[in-house]
Amino acid sequence: MAVAEPILANDQDTGQSELAQRLARTWSQPKGLWGWFCNTHHTDIGIRFMVTAFIFFLLGGVLAAMIRLQLIRPENSLMGPDLYNQVFTMHGSTMIFLFAVPMMFQGFGVYIVPLMCGARNIAFPRLNAFSYYLYVGGALVLWGGLLTNTGPDVGWFAYVPLSGPAYSPGHRADIWSQMITFTEVSALGVAICLATTILRHRAPGMTLNRMPILLWEKLVISIAVIFAMPAVMVASGLLLLDRLVGTHFFNPAEGGDVLLYQHLFWFFGHPEVYIIFLPGAAIVSTLVECFSRRRIFGYTPIVVSVVATGFIGFSVWVHHMFATGLPQLSQSFFTAASLMIVIPTGTQFFCWVATLWYGRLQLRLPMLWCLGFFFVFLIGGLSGVMLASVPVDLQVHDTYFVVAHFHYVLIGGALFPMFAGIYFWFPKMTGRMANATLGKWHFWLFFIGFNITFFTLHFLGLRGMPRRVYTYGPDMHWQGLNVLASSGVIFMTAGLLVFLVNVFRSVRVGGIAGNSPWGDAGLEWSMSSPPPPYNFLHVPTVSGRDPLWEDPPDQPVVVGLRDDIRETLVTHSLDADPQHKDEDPGPSIWPFLSALTVSAAFVGSIFTPWAVPIGAPPVIATLIGWLWPRGQSPTPRQTGESWVH
Amino acid sequence: MNATRSLIAASLAQAMPLDPGRHHMLHAAAPQAGHIEWLYWITFWILFAVFVLMIGAFVRASAKTHVEAIHPLPILEKDEKADRRAGWGVGAALAVTVITLFVILVLSVITGKRVEGLTSQNPVTIQITGHQWWWEITYPNPKADQTVTTANEIHVPVGTPVVVLTNSKDVIHSFWAPNITGKRDLLPGYSSAFWFQIDRAGIYHGQCAEFCGLQHAHMGFSIIAESSDAFQAWQQEQLKTASEPSTSETIRGREVFLTHACLMCHTIRGTDAGSRVGPDLTHVASRNMIAAETLPNTAGALAGWVVDPQRIKPGTQMSPNPLAPDDLQAVVAYLQSLH
Repeated sequence: MAVAEPILANDQDTGQSELAQRLARTWSQPKGLWGWFCNTHHTDIGIRFMVTAFIFFLLGGVLAAMIRLQLIRPENSLMGPDLYNQVFTMHGSTMIFLFAVPMMFQGFGVYIVPLMCGARNIAFPRLNAFSYYLYVGGALVLWGGLLTNTGPDVGWFAYVPLSGPAYSPGHRADIWSQMITFTEVSALGVAICLATTILRHRAPGMTLNRMPILLWEKLVISIAVIFAMPAVMVASGLLLLDRLVGTHFFNPAEGGDVLLYQHLFWFFGHPEVYIIFLPGAAIVSTLVECFSRRRIFGYTPIVVSVVATGFIGFSVWVHHMFATGLPQLSQSFFTAASLMIVIPTGTQFFCWVATLWYGRLQLRLPMLWCLGFFFVFLIGGLSGVMLASVPVDLQVHDTYFVVAHFHYVLIGGALFPMFAGIYFWFPKMTGRMANATLGKWHFWLFFIGFNITFFTLHFLGLRGMPRRVYTYGPDMHWQGLNVLASSGVIFMTAGLLVFLVNVFRSVRVGGIAGNSPWGDAGLEWSMSSPPPPYNFLHVPTVSGRDPLWEDPPDQPVVVGLRDDIRETLVTHSLDADPQHKDEDPGPSIWPFLSALTVSAAFVGSIFTPWAVPIGAPPVIATLIGWLWPRGQSPTPRQTGESWVH
Repeated sequence: MNATRSLIAASLAQAMPLDPGRHHMLHAAAPQAGHIEWLYWITFWILFAVFVLMIGAFVRASAKTHVEAIHPLPILEKDEKADRRAGWGVGAALAVTVITLFVILVLSVITGKRVEGLTSQNPVTIQITGHQWWWEITYPNPKADQTVTTANEIHVPVGTPVVVLTNSKDVIHSFWAPNITGKRDLLPGYSSAFWFQIDRAGIYHGQCAEFCGLQHAHMGFSIIAESSDAFQAWQQEQLKTASEPSTSETIRGREVFLTHACLMCHTIRGTDAGSRVGPDLTHVASRNMIAAETLPNTAGALAGWVVDPQRIKPGTQMSPNPLAPDDLQAVVAYLQSLH
């Protein structure tokens, strides 16, 4: 173990010191095109996740605009049913699987979690990079399908038997199934990386009781992903077997069960909503604390609420299936469970109000988006209470009322916090401030447009307009409201254009941000912006929940980590005591190559079951390359040896 | 083809616009929809009050403490008194939340019971079977020759409970008439039952509510609620076999029907056409609309539909029938004679 001199945490990292240069050399990622594919650093992979997901958000938005254009008048001939069904299926699938989860869970999580933990890299960095490439593979398969007129047209939920072999010939539903496999393997990989990082790479002193709320939420979501994603992979896998090798899991004519699919799908599908919403709530908790300039009120109730949401989220799935005619007693159980989830969500809302009430609100741009979140998500949450009631749900289920509800929940719960988070961490990611004036224009245009479009949809639902209809008759009197709803798209589009201009402009000419432009408490604000390749000059220790607000100037740092190899610190999962040192595996091309071979096998099995035996050897070969032993084994800590000075 | 299109356009223009109240979940015409409407409004007002309180709290909290400052202000010191007060506030809000949720749960369960419970021993029973993209309606009877079969138009007596048995021939559909009651999925491989009762005579509109493929948008139906006498009379008419064609044109029409693709899918009782793939046409002229509420039942619309259904409902199971103009006219005349 290297001899370490005591160093103070408030040493400014100018990137000039000898140590900084040595660390930069050790931790730097290879350059060039080849290097790009070898990169395994979490900040780079995190930003790639976010940028890719945002591109698919824009593409999904184009599809949404097409839907609104088609419905602008009765008997519109802009799109026929074949194209329209592809468009709304692609819109839903893109927004959920290619945007919301990769952005809110994978992108933000991969970028911010190691920084907040005080770690030099994410755990299992190669698995993390592999997950990114696999996600891109799934996205390309789905959109490649649409561009070759084999876009899935069975809805983002792909209910059987409509998606089965008898009613969906061709490969459209297979493409949907395999896109699920791609994106869910990717989400599972990242969930393992994040949960491990949070449990084993926290800075010494960051006990579970001192963990930032955002890390709590990421931990809960990671565990939810690990339990929820297998259900949908089983559903899509069995569907693929039905279609490809002629099994009859979902074929009622041969004793298969169509409701089995719905149970499997929604056992994933409802936790998915919380997988999308909890990251938003985590961002809001972080920002409310930062911009009310006081410690968040109710740390423990909020954490308990987050954990409770993770649990209850798994016991409400049947409220998507009330109309299937299940027995009334079991329906009442799921009504009660669905109502119960209001309690933890309400707790978080009340704690945010209390924090604002006894704080000192600085209404900077990210906080404006948080206030927008409060308004929008509150409406979505309250209409959700109505939907939990079986009789009301039986009326509004599968109408535009539900469409309005879940756009309020998802855009409110994910998109508004996402923009809040982007404006908040933009300085950390790029080193420059985003323009606040353009950001306000973006906010107001988007907020107004959103409410015009989606508030109107409630009324269309009450007037009986079902979802997923490609057109409607003039005698239904739905045109006026549809025109109003579609007009909101203009404002939202304008808002997004302002955002894009802002990003491209601010990246080049925005004001220099410095380490910590908002005066937030998180460890991610202790290093320069953007973070150096080694993240922390000295792996920090913490003595409270809000490190940068509470830690004394002579807060100790971790010493004894080598600077000539990529050594990381592994701590105890409960009290974050240093346990041993491990070596980060470093950049490698194998994750990319493995993703290629796995993708080939997945894509092949859209067409033939032989893709599994033929595709397996290359996968195994690349995995052998990936797992080839190298480096040293972890160094355990000797009894009585101190790593913290 | 242009002639067909103008025929369709002309007949569409004649179609009576649907009264917006005939397809609206807040214009109940049945006790079930009435109970749900009541539950809807009471929940709505409770939640509206919650909304006003919450927004008020956010506005008050933000406005009260708002400070204009560009640079991050120092962190407020820990204030035990404020934390204690906040604790009471959050606790009280939570207590109110739990009570409110409990009230909503009880109201919801009570309404659910009211909607589901059957109150009469002598209901009318209807079997509804979903097809891509139309509704097969039968009024089952122990005697086979007393069983009425029709499509897309459901006649029910006013003030009498109606028990609906559901099933599906292909994919999942969902039966929904917003003025009457909530929806019920028609699942292949499952049969289930629910009931409704209509108190006001009238024609109510309904539509498939579960995405079922290409023509999900054109899978409507109507419920005609009429007096008990009118219902009985209608049922007696429907039990008869098809009326014999009387003019030379309708005789020729039947000839065309029975010698072309029509008889591969449709039934006209009293003739050789007996397939159950498509709707039963024995009394097709007695219906107001055709093609699952897509077109009015006029000569022009019928002609357009028979010749090229794919133009009107792209993807529909019915194939085009390029008949000679005389044959087409004859078959349409025949169909219009099937009262």
